[in-house]
Amino acid sequence: MLEKESNPTLSKSTGLPRKRFYRARAHSNPLSDSHFPVPVSPSHVDFSLHYPQFFPSSSEVGCLKKIQFADIGCGFGGLLISLSTLFPETLMIGMELRDKVTEYVKERILALRGSDPGQYQNVSVVRTNSMKYIPNYFEKGQLTKMFFLFPDPHFKEKNHRRRVISPHLLDEYAYVLGVGGIIYTITDVEELGDWMKSCLESHPMFESLKEEELEADPVVKLLCSATEEGQKVSRNGGQTFQAVFRRIVPTSLYMKTDMVC
Amino acid sequence: MEDNQIEEGEKNTNVEVAPALISVHPTQNSVAVAVGSDLRVYDLLGDCAVSLVDDSGATSHKDSIRAIRYGANGKLFVSAGDDKVVKIWSAESWQCICTVSSEKRVSAVAISNDGQHVCFADKFGVVWVVDLHGIDGSEASVSKTAAPLLAHYCSIITGLEFSPDGQYVVSADRDFKIRVTIFPKKPLDGAHEIQSFCLGHTEFVSCLAFVITLDYPQGFLVSGSGDSTVRLWDITSGSLLDTCEVDAKAGHLESNGSDEGYSTVTDLCAIPDTTLVAAAIQSLQGVMLLSCNLSTKTLSVAKVISINFIPTSLASGSSTGLLWMVTGVSNLPGFDCPTVSRVKVISGFNKSSLEHKPIALEDNEIPGGTKLVEKLQGSVTVDEKVLTAAAEALKAAMCNLLIKKQYSVEKREFRKRTRNDRKTKQ
Ligand SMILES: C[S@@+](CC[C@H](N)C(=O)[O-])C[C@H]1O[C@@H](n2cnc3c(N)ncnc32)[C@H](O)[C@@H]1O
Repeated sequence: MLEKESNPTLSKSTGLPRKRFYRARAHSNPLSDSHFPVPVSPSHVDFSLHYPQFFPSSSEVGCLKKIQFADIGCGFGGLLISLSTLFPETLMIGMELRDKVTEYVKERILALRGSDPGQYQNVSVVRTNSMKYIPNYFEKGQLTKMFFLFPDPHFKEKNHRRRVISPHLLDEYAYVLGVGGIIYTITDVEELGDWMKSCLESHPMFESLKEEELEADPVVKLLCSATEEGQKVSRNGGQTFQAVFRRIVPTSLYMKTDMVC
Repeated sequence: MEDNQIEEGEKNTNVEVAPALISVHPTQNSVAVAVGSDLRVYDLLGDCAVSLVDDSGATSHKDSIRAIRYGANGKLFVSAGDDKVVKIWSAESWQCICTVSSEKRVSAVAISNDGQHVCFADKFGVVWVVDLHGIDGSEASVSKTAAPLLAHYCSIITGLEFSPDGQYVVSADRDFKIRVTIFPKKPLDGAHEIQSFCLGHTEFVSCLAFVITLDYPQGFLVSGSGDSTVRLWDITSGSLLDTCEVDAKAGHLESNGSDEGYSTVTDLCAIPDTTLVAAAIQSLQGVMLLSCNLSTKTLSVAKVISINFIPTSLASGSSTGLLWMVTGVSNLPGFDCPTVSRVKVISGFNKSSLEHKPIALEDNEIPGGTKLVEKLQGSVTVDEKVLTAAAEALKAAMCNLLIKKQYSVEKREFRKRTRNDRKTKQ
């Protein structure tokens, strides 16, 4: 990359993109019709563009590797970067609505791939509205982990339907998560934390992880430390509220009220 | 901002044209047509016009009806639309047995195969369910509240169908998506388990139908779209089995083929006991017949039946060999009589082949004859000029509603600049 040195959006000292050139509005309206391409179906996504090392040529059909982790509203991508080295063989993707932020994450990944050859090949990002297009990217039961870290709170009652965790959207997340897959949520807004937890608790296809399971999961520790938003909260000494749930077989769908114990 | 667009639309209800709809009783006991707020029913068994009995008011609906449907067992009939009221009728006494109010305008309705649940979709993409247990129509009309069943995130739902075995409820939207959801034992708790998504359309999905035969009682789903295709699906897996392009076939009948979006499929009707699907295509004069081969799982154009008539809605009862069609519109601007509809029937669909040429019947050959025509159309004759204007108005209305606004770059930048949530501080 010849123009790297002259590119003012990359930091001279680290070679990483500088965040101030990628600043964007604080919140996006997920309902607005945007102008990014949407794949017709998961089979239309060209993974060789996202993970060239795992998919050496685009003509090669039937590479069995599938994306397993999705970071929804990934922001500047801090979580993905941490997960990338923790799970080097797992393909993971961030979904982000703001185009400038998505561009930043793209540049960040490319820069890291450049500075650490062989690493960060398993991580990528797409600009999309996750509330509308998750089924266009993932097949049924494909994912093993989904992350919702510090999502926009949308305080007003009228705007609750813009929340990225909602009873109806959980149906779609349950569809793309395989049985046993885990959904991680965290926020510094107590009201939103309660909301996410109660949505998950009332959903017949999710169950809460036990305390000891949470402690044994190395990913849980990243929730409040790996992302930019999480770091901001902890710098300010803010409290966080997490809810971590597992996708289960929905037998309870038909038996829930009969099984009073 | 999509939600604002929909909300804006909501304020303009009275200037929006609505297509005429037709529905036929499963064993052709009666035929119903909806034009604007008017619901017209003709009783074919008794050979007489039906007077609807509705305690809740003189007119049954106060704004355009957007969806009508008979239940599979022939006992119920549902109508709903822009007045945010869902009416459930006895298809025997034609009494309104239940009224449900919706928060938003209703775009689609369906009745579960056992007739115990009515589902309706609103313009915000939420499908609601009403439990009819305990309502037998012997008392006066009751009102019920609906529970949310499932949702397509802020998309207009354009089609809603139960699978023939009753296991699934299938919903289609303007974001090219078809969702297949397991219809649960306790629908009032919501339908959370998604069986599949049928993805492949590249424009809004406009209509759904199931092709059912004795060999394939579980049926196959077909869908029509603004992308000028009809597609055949396996709903269990969500796989696209075949795609049938309709614009090439419809094109040569076009008067001005340059028209954008002229091959939008507006309605589909599976002809009972056959593997034929009739398709209404925007500005195609007549209907296109598609033939579905269920063993090879392919879909192909069998024939175009040309008549001087662009249907807005299609329907058929079982074993009759008849295809019922209506064309028409409400709120037509610039005409003395803003509501117009014309009914036609094509006969000659027999079980296996098209060897007997399907032909359009004259008004006096239609079951019910001119008496039926007069009831369903509101008049015996209809001015062809008005129908042409109606077709144009409908085309425009459908585009406005279902095709996403494509803003030019400048306009987009302007919209961005004038947003009030954008921070001026950098
Ligand atoms: C407060 S930030 C948190 C970012 C990151 N997870 C973190 O912890 O630093 C929320 C992010 O979600 C994105 N977002 C909001 N709605 C979205 C949607 N419907 N689809 C994709 N991203 C969305 C926003 O653009 C924003 O970057």
